[in-house]
Amino acid sequence: MTASLASAQSRPHPFGQQSATDAGPVVVFRNVSIAFDGPPVLDDVSFSVAPGETRILLGPAGVGKSVLLKLANGLMRPDEGNILLFGEEISHMPEEQLFPLRSRTGMVFQEGALFDSLSVRDNVAYQLIQEKVPDAEIDLRVRNALRFVQLDDTFDLFPASLSGGMRRRVAIARALIRKPELLLYDSPTGGLDPLTSTTIIELIVKERDVYHTPSIMVTHRIQDAFLLCNNRFDPEQGCMVPYPKGETDHDTTFLMLENGRLIFDGSLHELVKSQNPFVREFLQ
Amino acid sequence: MPIDAIEKTAKNLVLTVQDYTLFAVRAFTNLYRPPIYWPEFLVQADIIGFGSLSIVILTGLSTGGVLALQSSATLAAFGATAVTGEFVSVTMIRELGPILTGVMVSGRNASSMASELGSMVVTEQIDAMRALGVDPYRKLVTPRIAATICMLFFLTIVSDACGIAGGGLVTVFMNHQNGTQYLNMAWEHLRYPDIVQGLVKPLFFGYILSSIGCFYGLRTTGGTQGVGRSTIQAVVWASVFIIFVDFLLTQVLLKLFPPL
Repeated sequence: MTASLASAQSRPHPFGQQSATDAGPVVVFRNVSIAFDGPPVLDDVSFSVAPGETRILLGPAGVGKSVLLKLANGLMRPDEGNILLFGEEISHMPEEQLFPLRSRTGMVFQEGALFDSLSVRDNVAYQLIQEKVPDAEIDLRVRNALRFVQLDDTFDLFPASLSGGMRRRVAIARALIRKPELLLYDSPTGGLDPLTSTTIIELIVKERDVYHTPSIMVTHRIQDAFLLCNNRFDPEQGCMVPYPKGETDHDTTFLMLENGRLIFDGSLHELVKSQNPFVREFLQ
Repeated sequence: MPIDAIEKTAKNLVLTVQDYTLFAVRAFTNLYRPPIYWPEFLVQADIIGFGSLSIVILTGLSTGGVLALQSSATLAAFGATAVTGEFVSVTMIRELGPILTGVMVSGRNASSMASELGSMVVTEQIDAMRALGVDPYRKLVTPRIAATICMLFFLTIVSDACGIAGGGLVTVFMNHQNGTQYLNMAWEHLRYPDIVQGLVKPLFFGYILSSIGCFYGLRTTGGTQGVGRSTIQAVVWASVFIIFVDFLLTQVLLKLFPPL
């Protein structure tokens, strides 16, 4: 990891709360399977996410990537296997006990999933409003979060007046405002033009390199995955810059699903060297 | 093949009844447990209560008027047109006021709840709410149920009053009978148990229509087409269930308050 990034690690989080540090894995999947009226969507899937690690989950559409993400924070329950979130077994945990755990995670949905009836301010501050944080503090933290995603001017707007890319960025701001201990990105660039996709990936790189929040990013776009792995955020320049040739981000690793089974778990180097025919086909 | 289809339909029906029972129990217990979202309750009370006022007034006036028109012809055959007021007031308060208000509000609000929550489901807003650590049952369902129960109670009173007024207008201006006599009969023959019967029913109907509206909304699948399907199912089942429960309730209430 570069020196500039190491120094960035000690910076206070601009949105307030600090994450709890924990030596153990943030998320663990052990032999997880799930099916919906047919063949298994996920079959015997096992992997873990270490603190500070970014895992990119690759696979074609309809292979169970979003289901896996929803299992990670208990939005769905597995038919078999165990899932540990922050060290707690959540596979059979009652919904009410899951809410406090989920509030420690941030999730960016495929289409943003912003609340139509609420302004951008109220969307981003949703958790803070529920926690009855004073209005002045909410405004400050929302403005900081919106500045992070470069959408300072959208404070009073409603989701209907935002473009697809802006909605995703607001969704990222909403996921980040409470300084989550785990981030889940569900196809954050799906359906966006290349320029906007790069903007979103740059935000994810910025989050990864400045705050080191462990995360799982689901995508079927290999170019986004490579962009995330081959670039770092430079705080001095305030933008994403490529790693020197031959270097990649050590904390960003890959998972790949095929027909519900996890067929690859490893680094970018191992991915491109993989002899698995499906991996090769996907990369090509 | 037909056996498979019947088996699948039967299983779906049993599963739906089971899911609704669990949902209804959960929604009911949530009414008494914090956190209670008062701002959401007030917003829903305004939407459901004030928003439904016009249709309830019109329905009440028309129903009371029709009752007066229909009954006066029959009662005239027995020389009993003087009891039109009693007939209209007792029928409106005991039966037609609660059930018509329930069905009308169901048509307006069960559909609205199903489509609103259904849209939130298909756009993943419900999942987003859960992911943000907020229970959508408490945040969205409980305020709607509480507001519907509360406002249907008052809307039924409005409907009863409008029904009696509608009957009075028809009695005076179309049947050319004495208005004072109509009102006296309407008031004097009204018993306490009649009013209790009329005001107990909307509490049940409010719970039924809102819980069914929310239930179908939250189990929406299949995109915008699914939202339309949920909306139809919510209105149909809420209306049918209200009429069926009215039948059961009337039997129980007649046992508790036997007619003189």
